[in-house]
Amino acid sequence: MKFLCVDCDQQMAFGERQLPGDGTLAATFKCPTCGRVVALLTNPMETQLVSSLGVVIGGKTVPAQPLETVRTMVATGRDDAFEEGTGEGARGTGTAPLWSGDAQERLARVPNFVRGMVKKIYADYAKERGIVEITPAIMDTARAELGLEGM
Amino acid sequence: MRTYHQLTNPDRSGLLDQILTQRRRVADRLAGVRRTVAVMSGKGGVGKSYVTAHLARALARGGSATGVLDADLNGPTIPRLLETPHAPHRTSDEGVEPAIGLDGVKCISMALLLEDGAPLSFKGPSAESFVWRGAMEASALREFLGDVNWGNLDTLLLDLPPGMQRYIELCDILGKPPAVLTVTIPTPESRDAVRRAMRAAVEQGSEIVGIVENMVGREFTGTAADDLAKEFDRPVLARIPWHPIADTWSALATRL
Repeated sequence: MKFLCVDCDQQMAFGERQLPGDGTLAATFKCPTCGRVVALLTNPMETQLVSSLGVVIGGKTVPAQPLETVRTMVATGRDDAFEEGTGEGARGTGTAPLWSGDAQERLARVPNFVRGMVKKIYADYAKERGIVEITPAIMDTARAELGLEGM
Repeated sequence: MRTYHQLTNPDRSGLLDQILTQRRRVADRLAGVRRTVAVMSGKGGVGKSYVTAHLARALARGGSATGVLDADLNGPTIPRLLETPHAPHRTSDEGVEPAIGLDGVKCISMALLLEDGAPLSFKGPSAESFVWRGAMEASALREFLGDVNWGNLDTLLLDLPPGMQRYIELCDILGKPPAVLTVTIPTPESRDAVRRAMRAAVEQGSEIVGIVENMVGREFTGTAADDLAKEFDRPVLARIPWHPIADTWSALATRL
C-alpha cells in the first residue's frame, strides 16, 4: 500500500497509526515535498481483514509471537491452553522486570488465553529499555509505542 | 499519475515483506520435516481423521517420528483419536510445544485450544464475517505449521477438512503443493467427490501418493478406489475394513 501526492508527484511517507478502539484504524501519510498529510481510515471489517492476514499496517513493532494470530483473535480459547516457559514470574526472576501490584491487576484482566504472550511483550519491552518495574503507566507507554491493539 | 510499481520507495508497512517473513518462518520450521502428506478427500464422512490418526500411530510404532496437524479447524477430532491428554502447551521463543498422543505422535489441533464444546469463534465484527474469516483460518493454519515446535519429523500428516479450500491455502502457505493421500469409501458418490479433489490436487502439482478405501465390506458398496486408481494411475494403498486391526494400519504405513 503506497500513497502518492498527485500535485507533487511524490510518494507519501507513513506517519503514524492510531487504533481508536472501536475496530477502526487510522494511518497517516505525509508528502515529503509539500507536507500535506492524508489519513487512511478503515472500517472494522477492513481492519479485521488486515489483521486476519497476520500483518500490521505501519510495520510490525514487536517480533512475531508463537501462534500470535490464534491467541489474539480466537474468542473461545480455553484458559489453560498455554503455559509460558520464559520464566517471567509475576514478581520477576533474574533480570526479568518486576510488576507493580496495579500492573498485575491490569494484566489479570487480560484473557488467560493470550495473557502469557501479552506479559512477555511488556516484559521484553521493559528489559530492552532497562525498566526495573512495570507499572500501568509503562504499559500505556508500551501500548502506544508498540501499537498493541487489543492488548 | 504514477502507478504502484513506479513508486520505488518501499512502503514502511512492508506488507509484502511481512507475508514473505511468514512464509520463511514456515519453511524454517518445516526444514526438519522429511515428508509432509496431506490427507484429503472431496467428501465428508469418509474417515479421513480416523485414517490419519491410525496411520500416524502405525508410522510411529514402526519407528518413524510422526506428527499430525489437525487442519480441520472447525471440526477437530484428532486429539480424541490420538487420546491426547490435555495439558497446557508450553510456549517459548522457540515456539509452541505440540501435544503428545498415543505411540508418541506429536499433535496440534484447535480442539486442544478451544473451550470444551465451544465452536471456533473469532473476535471482530460479526457483519460480513465471511470476508475475513477464511483469511483468519488460513492464518491459524500457517501458525500451526510455522509456530509449533515440530522438531525433526519423518512424516507430518495434515488432516484436512472436507472440500478443497484448506488444501489450496496449504499450497499457498507451503509455497509448493504437498504430497496427497486420498481417502474414499467404496460408493460411487464418494468416488465422484474424491475425483474432483484429486483432479484439483493434480492440477496444483501435488504428488498423489495413493488411495485409501475406508469402510469396506458392509453397507457401502462400489468400486471407488479401483476406479480412481485406474483413472489417476495411482495405487490403492489399503482397503480398511469396518473393524481394522493394528496390522491393517502397519501395512498401510509400510506402503506410504
